[in-house]
Amino acid sequence: MRRPRRVKPLATIISAGLSKFGRREGVYARELFAEAALEAFHRVEELDPGKDIKAAFIGQMSEAYEHQAHDAPINASWAGLLPAPATRIENACASSGSALRAGIMAIKSGMYDIVLVGGVEKMTNQPTPEVTGILATASDYPFEQWNGMTFPGLFALMATVHMHEYGTTEEQMAAVAVKNHKNGALNPKAHMQKEVTLDEVMKSRMVAWPLKLYDCSLITDGASCLILTHPKLAKKLSDNFVHIIGSGQSQDTFCLHERDSLTTINAAKQAAQEAYKMADVKAKDIDVAEVHDCFTIAEIIACEDLGFCRPGQGGKFVESGASNIGGTIPINTSGGLKSKGHPVGATGTAQVHELYLQLTGQADRRQVADAEIALAHNLGGSGATGVVHILRSA
Amino acid sequence: MAVRCVRCKHIMVPPRTICPKCRSSRVEWVQLGTKGKLVTYTVVHVSPPQFKHMAPYAVGIVDMEEGVKLPSIIRTSRLESLKIGMELEVDFSPKSQETSWPHWPRYFFKETG
Ligand SMILES: CC(C)(COP(=O)(O)OP(=O)(O)OC[C@H]1O[C@@H](n2cnc3c(N)ncnc32)[C@H](O)[C@@H]1OP(=O)(O)O)[C@@H](O)C(=O)NCCC(=O)NCCS
Ligand SMILES: [Zn+2]
Repeated sequence: MRRPRRVKPLATIISAGLSKFGRREGVYARELFAEAALEAFHRVEELDPGKDIKAAFIGQMSEAYEHQAHDAPINASWAGLLPAPATRIENACASSGSALRAGIMAIKSGMYDIVLVGGVEKMTNQPTPEVTGILATASDYPFEQWNGMTFPGLFALMATVHMHEYGTTEEQMAAVAVKNHKNGALNPKAHMQKEVTLDEVMKSRMVAWPLKLYDCSLITDGASCLILTHPKLAKKLSDNFVHIIGSGQSQDTFCLHERDSLTTINAAKQAAQEAYKMADVKAKDIDVAEVHDCFTIAEIIACEDLGFCRPGQGGKFVESGASNIGGTIPINTSGGLKSKGHPVGATGTAQVHELYLQLTGQADRRQVADAEIALAHNLGGSGATGVVHILRSA
Repeated sequence: MAVRCVRCKHIMVPPRTICPKCRSSRVEWVQLGTKGKLVTYTVVHVSPPQFKHMAPYAVGIVDMEEGVKLPSIIRTSRLESLKIGMELEVDFSPKSQETSWPHWPRYFFKETG
């Protein structure tokens, strides 16, 4: 195997934390965030978080769930980080992917030695139609929201074209759900730790044709965080660290109808190209990936956009088993947004949390053998934002 | 109505003042026709509260004759007859009384003829 050139890291992850994902009744976002932060703090005994962490960047999508804006200072103080500056970053479902980038820039610029990045969302205290409406605020108000679009609907519009142009089938989309539920069943933090059969997925009720219940990610409460520093300090603080060697972010037209193609998410494709170039790795060098499977079709498109397979071949790719644990590129070993859950603001750094476990050999029954290079792919909205990170084991 | 870039002729919906293709800020209003072809569609079953009484309803993106795409709800009693490539036309007929501006589409699509 070609060993990629070892580029200088942008920043280093010395710890990661994740709250239990699920329907967390009676628990506020700030409490979820503190739960994730505590787990991250426990991994690095050398660290005195209140003193050493100099800034926090926290992703959160909407203040509508808990009627609470300006929540970064709340989350950070609940994590014991008073008086470090805390800033909320909002990029819909890519909020914490973008918060991670802000943290990388803070470290890389030399402004701070140690920062915390993360994300949180408390979604389940609103009924599903309200949540559907709140999520839809991440689409265009006059042209998409007014016209009855929902997130399952927007991704369904992409699925319809993918099926028409490439012959992608509902069974192939269902195969994504089967795989990710299988992985999620191995993850004690996952929202739904339950395997499903292809038949159950195919027979589940319609949400937005052709997407059915099991094609959709879950409405979940959860939080995630990472502690970043520069590579030199990492060695002093932790035995289990992971380098960030590539970071890319790009944007596309906000409205879906303005895109030239509906079978690819250009923002993610460009973000991936930027990250691959920075990391000096290629798609075939990736050992394990977490991709944004907000809907099963999104994972199929992600595999194509990231270069894991050719355009149009994403359905066959998942069917072939290549993305299973034990396959050539295991994808969404955590269970993905589909089964681990999708607390939107927490998702970007939750994906990197899983990759941190994989690259430090702590992924337990989900462990991918000899994983060295990992990739995280995080989307905002219907793909107006795409964020890609590439990590390397120490 | 839409906005067209004077320099590169790109038509924009939503209308705006800077062309995303060539960055020119010379734009002009242009009247769109009513006919187009269906590019993609879905049938929404789980909807936000304002649309709940309509569900399931069809939403699609239509490629208008002028070469600009528009999203909207497709009013049809035959959801199963929707097909990529079928001809549709804009429908400005009266909206439901139940909900008023702004939570309501200003136009729909319907089958031609
Ligand atoms: C698909 C969806 C509409 C289902 O919500 P719902 O109809 O209110 O479902 P309920 O909460 O009533 O749950 C009913 C059952 O289905 C299960 N369920 C809910 N959502 C599920 C999902 N996405 N996948 C699998 N099972 C699901 C529940 O666990 C529950 O099971 P139980 O009866 O055994 O307890 C909702 O999960 C959804 O909107 N998901 C997409 C979220 C989204 O758009 N995120 C942003 C992406 S960009
Ligand atoms: Zn122009």
